Amino acid sequence: MAFLSLEGLSKHFGTHVAVDGLTLAVEKGEFVSLLGPSGCGKTTTLQMIAGFVEPSGGAIRLEGRDLLAVKPAKRGLGIVFQSYALFPHMTVAENVAFGLEMQGVAAAERTRRVGETLELVGLGTFAGRYPRQMSGGQQQRVALARALVIRPQILLLDEPLSNLDAKLREEMQIELRQIQRTVGTTTILVTHDQAEAMALSDRLVVMNHGRAEQIGPPHEAYERPATPFVASFLGRTNLVNGTTVRPEKIWFATSGLAGKVRTRIFQGNHWLYQIETADGLVTVIRQNTGEAMPGEGEAVHLAWAAT
Amino acid sequence: MSRNGPIALIYHTLFVIFMLAPILVVCFVAFTPEGYLSFPTDRWSLRWFYAIGRYPEFISAFWRSLWLGALSSAIAVAFSVPAALAIGRHRFRGRDAMTALFMSPLMIPHVVLGIAFLRFFTELGLGGTFVGLVLAHIVVVLPFALRLTLASAVGLDRSIEHAAISLGASDRTVLRRITLPLVLPGLISGWALAFINSFDEVTMTVFIAAPGTETLPVRMFLYIQDNIDPLVTSVSACVIAITAAALIALDRAYGLERLLVGRSVDGR
Amino acid sequence: MKSAPYLLSLPALLLFGAIVIIPLVMTVLLSFHDWGQYKGIEPVFVLKNWHEVFTDSYFLEMFWRTFRIAFFVTLLAAVLGAPEAYILNRMKSPWRGLFLLVILGPLLISVVARTLGWALLFGGNSGLINKALVSMGLISAPLPFMFTETGVIVALTHVLMPYMVLAVWAALQRLDPQIENAAVALGAGPFTVLRRIVLPQVMPGILSGAIIVFALAASAFATPAIIGGRRLKVASTLAYDEFLNTLNWPLGAAVAVLLLVALVAIVVGASRLVERRYAQVFG
Repeated sequence: MAFLSLEGLSKHFGTHVAVDGLTLAVEKGEFVSLLGPSGCGKTTTLQMIAGFVEPSGGAIRLEGRDLLAVKPAKRGLGIVFQSYALFPHMTVAENVAFGLEMQGVAAAERTRRVGETLELVGLGTFAGRYPRQMSGGQQQRVALARALVIRPQILLLDEPLSNLDAKLREEMQIELRQIQRTVGTTTILVTHDQAEAMALSDRLVVMNHGRAEQIGPPHEAYERPATPFVASFLGRTNLVNGTTVRPEKIWFATSGLAGKVRTRIFQGNHWLYQIETADGLVTVIRQNTGEAMPGEGEAVHLAWAAT
Repeated sequence: MSRNGPIALIYHTLFVIFMLAPILVVCFVAFTPEGYLSFPTDRWSLRWFYAIGRYPEFISAFWRSLWLGALSSAIAVAFSVPAALAIGRHRFRGRDAMTALFMSPLMIPHVVLGIAFLRFFTELGLGGTFVGLVLAHIVVVLPFALRLTLASAVGLDRSIEHAAISLGASDRTVLRRITLPLVLPGLISGWALAFINSFDEVTMTVFIAAPGTETLPVRMFLYIQDNIDPLVTSVSACVIAITAAALIALDRAYGLERLLVGRSVDGR
Repeated sequence: MKSAPYLLSLPALLLFGAIVIIPLVMTVLLSFHDWGQYKGIEPVFVLKNWHEVFTDSYFLEMFWRTFRIAFFVTLLAAVLGAPEAYILNRMKSPWRGLFLLVILGPLLISVVARTLGWALLFGGNSGLINKALVSMGLISAPLPFMFTETGVIVALTHVLMPYMVLAVWAALQRLDPQIENAAVALGAGPFTVLRRIVLPQVMPGILSGAIIVFALAASAFATPAIIGGRRLKVASTLAYDEFLNTLNWPLGAAVAVLLLVALVAIVVGASRLVERRYAQVFG
């Protein structure tokens, strides 16, 4: 039996169908991402698990128990919000201690666990600060610590990194993955960033129009997309001779599909090509190995391995 | 950002003089040693400030205005909070009409309100009573209280309350530990703005106040109608000093611009 | 919970129903009642008061004066206040906050005290302004300010100026400062930037400020009562007289209701026009 299971979960807002019969089984300790464009129903799904939105149909079970019968305040889930939603009038330590206080944990135990958790997220010396005195990345960690300290059965992350700049986001991704491994909490991440989802998760749920288009490990979804939507959402694709081919799987050869280089863009570790062919424009990505590469206007031949 | 040129600065100086002149004149004349309206030239005197003590009606009117302002503003805030939560956090039929109704005392001339209240309170037997004054003042200051409570209700991030719920807080705990502390600054400044407006109100109050229930501005207005002498300038100077002190305190605490426009100079 | 917002706003709704709407309806009814020197108010339905208000040239003149004063106050406030808001907006940090306090602060200082200041400055023939003008050789004989429309207009402009500065200031805050730089980079001189770039964008602010100032000027009471005295009557001081001196409440109610209706019509009409004009650009 799965740890957390969504069974035919649906949500209608008037005539609009936000989530349409979503079924998903999450194992204990697993990191699952709900991935999709805005309006695909991923956030609504998360809010239904959290209890802030009531489903129109279907069931949510945690270890076989009906979670919908439990009030949001009693579900014992840890949530990290997109806006972090830190309590601005409380210090970092007070923010983190709040959930323990609600559980009636004794003061001494509370202090110990708050200290431990702040150490875990690397904010051991920030306990006395107020949220507004901290950077976005630090606030993010406080939000994570506040969610983790109550030892939640499930950690829900709602676009937690979308307010950070690109470099910090990458660092936080690595850190988030490490922390999740350390504490082993079952985690559900909602994101529209496919790179983030692939980097962090054990399994992806690629969502579109309220449905799961594909559920599976990131590598599998990338290599064997179930639908054209999944293929295009999980990275660039070419449609050549009726088959989809990833740009990095195409190489320049002496024979094959003939074409002419329209543009060539240098991107540091790789080159990005647009090739005009009889089949239309084809995108090609080649590693920068220091070798000479075809220039703009040159005639080339393209080859790829059959899948 | 480009700087202001010399013409702009001269204009600005003249403008500031225009804005301050009548206020400063009142304060200067209040210090005259003479028995008639004049500027203190060689000698400053406090005689007209001492003279206020001999006119108990000014003193009692001052205390009445203070109580009236404090009470009516507090009640106005109490009415505003649930209304602000409704208007700020829900979309429902009649929402715009309701907002317009609550804001209408800003648009209805205070003369009209004064007349309406005079007639209404006379019929109810509340004519010239303090209760009547409080009721009338609640209505005219409610838009100010509502505007600031509304701003803080709208500005409150819903997910902060959700975060508290997810951590196990009951509805009452969320209200007491999260929502109220976060909207409190808005409520206090709403009360303060309402208080200042109540304390200054003269047009409507002049209709409904009776000799025993005159507020300070009404007493000053009626006094000026009869004659202008240094006594009323010293009373005015006191009012100006108190208001200025309150203003500066409010500006420090909350930001005057945020109070009046709904946002702050430095984007605080 | 569909009923939640209604339940939450119920207390305020009941309050406003009881002590705003009922009294206003009673006032409208009052304006149709009869009144006599000895019999007092008679609760009958007559058009006498409205007939008098619309036919007597005294009332026509008085309403005309009220709106003339309001018009000039609005014009002066816009012409003087808008540039000042612009200058304020260009000031550096400590000065900006300080002068904003100095200019907006008077808004919260007692109208009676501020008008008293103008009465002292005008002060008949010996007022400070006349002394200054005579000594500078600008005029030979003192100008009459007290009990004149000019005096009322000057004092009311001062009283209501903060509203205009506030409205224009708010519009300026929404302005992207880069836009001015963009215009300069395209070769526009400072005057062109002001006229072609800044002014059109703050126009909604000026107009909404003008609507507020006009409404408040037309319904002003304390300032015209003190500066205008007993002879220079405007709508609100006239209504006051009818209520508290002549005791002809029905006639006073008719004057007040007419003022309210005229103002609501003007304000709502003007707001609609402004909104329609600017909806496309700033929607």
